[in-house]
Amino acid sequence: MTHNQESGNDQDSVLRKPVSRRDLLRMAGVGGLGLMLGAGGMGGFLQAGRSLNANSSPARNTGDQVPFYGLQQSGIITPPQDFLCFAAFAIRSKKLADVRALFQKWTAAAAEMTQGRMIGEWNEQHNSPPSDTGEAEGLSPSKVTITFGVGPSFFDDRFGLSGKRPAELRDLPAFNGDQLSEDWCGGDIGIQVCANDMQVAFHAIRNLARIARGIAVLIWTQEGFQRTAGADPTAQTPRNLLGFKDGTGNPDVTDKKAMAKTVWVQQIEGPAWMENGSYMVTRRIRMRLEVWDRTQLSEQEATFGRYRSSGAPLGASKEFDPLGLDRVREDGEPVIPVNSHVRLAHGDGSVQILRRSYSYSSGIDRRTGQMDSGLFFVSYQRSIAKQFIPMQQRLSQSDKLNEYIVHVGSAVFACFPGVREGGYIGETLF
Amino acid sequence: MKARFMATTSAAVLAISLLASGCGSAGDTKKDNKPAQAATNANAVQINNETADDYKAIIDEYRKYVIAECDLFVTETEAFVQAIKAGEIDKAKAIYAPARMHYERIEPIAEALGDFDPNIDARENDVEAAEWRGYHKLEKALWEQGSTEGMEETADRLLEDVKLLRAKVETVDIEVSMLATGAVELLNEVSATKVTGEEERYSRTDLYDFVANVEGAEKIYELLKSKLKDQDAELTGEIEQRFKEINEALASHKSGEGYVSYDDLKGEDTRKLSQALDALAEPLSRMGAVLGV
Repeated sequence: MTHNQESGNDQDSVLRKPVSRRDLLRMAGVGGLGLMLGAGGMGGFLQAGRSLNANSSPARNTGDQVPFYGLQQSGIITPPQDFLCFAAFAIRSKKLADVRALFQKWTAAAAEMTQGRMIGEWNEQHNSPPSDTGEAEGLSPSKVTITFGVGPSFFDDRFGLSGKRPAELRDLPAFNGDQLSEDWCGGDIGIQVCANDMQVAFHAIRNLARIARGIAVLIWTQEGFQRTAGADPTAQTPRNLLGFKDGTGNPDVTDKKAMAKTVWVQQIEGPAWMENGSYMVTRRIRMRLEVWDRTQLSEQEATFGRYRSSGAPLGASKEFDPLGLDRVREDGEPVIPVNSHVRLAHGDGSVQILRRSYSYSSGIDRRTGQMDSGLFFVSYQRSIAKQFIPMQQRLSQSDKLNEYIVHVGSAVFACFPGVREGGYIGETLF
Repeated sequence: MKARFMATTSAAVLAISLLASGCGSAGDTKKDNKPAQAATNANAVQINNETADDYKAIIDEYRKYVIAECDLFVTETEAFVQAIKAGEIDKAKAIYAPARMHYERIEPIAEALGDFDPNIDARENDVEAAEWRGYHKLEKALWEQGSTEGMEETADRLLEDVKLLRAKVETVDIEVSMLATGAVELLNEVSATKVTGEEERYSRTDLYDFVANVEGAEKIYELLKSKLKDQDAELTGEIEQRFKEINEALASHKSGEGYVSYDDLKGEDTRKLSQALDALAEPLSRMGAVLGV
């Protein structure tokens, strides 16, 4: 009886349409629950749902959606939204079929959530726990993006996929000064959710974790934030918690050639399943805010190699002026110190990464009473070995900023290519 | 944690009526595109009656199980109370956790029957200090004080409460929906206190309760399994698998006839148990809706 609703295709598809009960009642021009008991009532609902969908224009959503389907996954070159919810999972099942089914369910749920729709078919049944947890009902999708990747441990001997591990995808080497805690490291699967609303972002992670129950479990999560669009309507480069602009040196995400060079895995380097995918690096970087806050401005600026207020390179006047690494002061010393962050990150300028980091604040360190805050660094690159690792090696060896930061978490994920409607995330691999 | 059984039942009627009407009219195109007429849910009531008939044998079977557990609970509580009153500390300690398992298997039924749960199973601070009685008060005396002095009255009272529970379950009105929600509630009990070691503060025998709650849920599932399979074989397979996984996880903490102390579990052990429990409770929570009860 109860499952008839899932067997009829036409009906099924109607029931899946993005129409809330409130919408239906409004469409039907009536209110009150008594209506729902009527034998003709559901027909009325179904019909209303269909006609609403036919001239569907969910006004509140317009301009607030980032397409989920596409050649590449969204959330990578998508301009950074205000908030981040990141989750790393460990797979508990030993069967590839379970993992495949999980990604199929996740794909369906992600497609719904990115359009601001409730997930699943059990949201109006009183004798069932609702299939969507509900805290995003009625909210704009808030440009939510959900980006999926798999870590090196995914390619161990559990699923018979070890032969498909990209040579690129391995745990990062130890860098000087790393103080990694397993609380923030690794994961068979990494999911980055970004949205302009924290509740919407949290809702996505929560529901994905729920769907995974029995197959995969959360092993760590991290929330992050930036200034919101409301606080910064002209979308200046965001500032990190040290007060400096962060991301000035990013490549232009609208430049397809630059993205192909920097971000997207190309056919020639393989593996084939990663074409149009990208490698993600996450580093949880704790900032010693208390120490930084008692550091003189001149020292802070020498540390970054930029002016705090304008973001301009030292010796220049505007944020996007060329770095001018050759400039020297009267005493012969470089204007931008040799151990400054901007100089070391830049290297010879031939190699870039796409940074997509968020600030974080996770309460206090119980041992010291100091704030546990900093940067949840996220970068995307075509090659971890050629792009991220050399840069981080330079930084870890000499960056003056190391006096004020410590890397406590680290993970790498191979983010799948995008998916077309009807397909599922990961299908190129599974 | 209190019973919501009656509310669930009426919701079931509503849901069935919705589905029934949904099936009937989905093919129509235009004439139904208007507000519904007043409720005529006679067909829904009929369906519910038929369902109830189908479930009668299952409910009878479950009642037998509840009564059998209660019988054992009375017998073992008698032995426990005797040991307490005789001051036989070690003997009482040995009986304590296994005796309680009979109660933990059927806890939602006891909760549906009034004050039995607070009277038998309240922990310190769950109720006013003056009203605190039952198993956990004796647990504290045994493990914390190491003496049963002054506990005679509490012991006698416990036995009275347990016998009264046994008498009452004879006539308890069990609805099918109670079974479906009860199975999940048993697991929620584990999630709330047992997996964190808060249930058995002094004896550290939480794993016994954990196992018994899971067994109680599995009994209900076993009774409903064939019906569930008719409706949704995939869900049935999933629940089956998850029971297997949690039972394996629990079995790894066996010690002789019983289970290791909660203090012997490592952090990762409790996390694994907790996650296995969530993994089971999630599909199990869909059982009622799939059965249409």
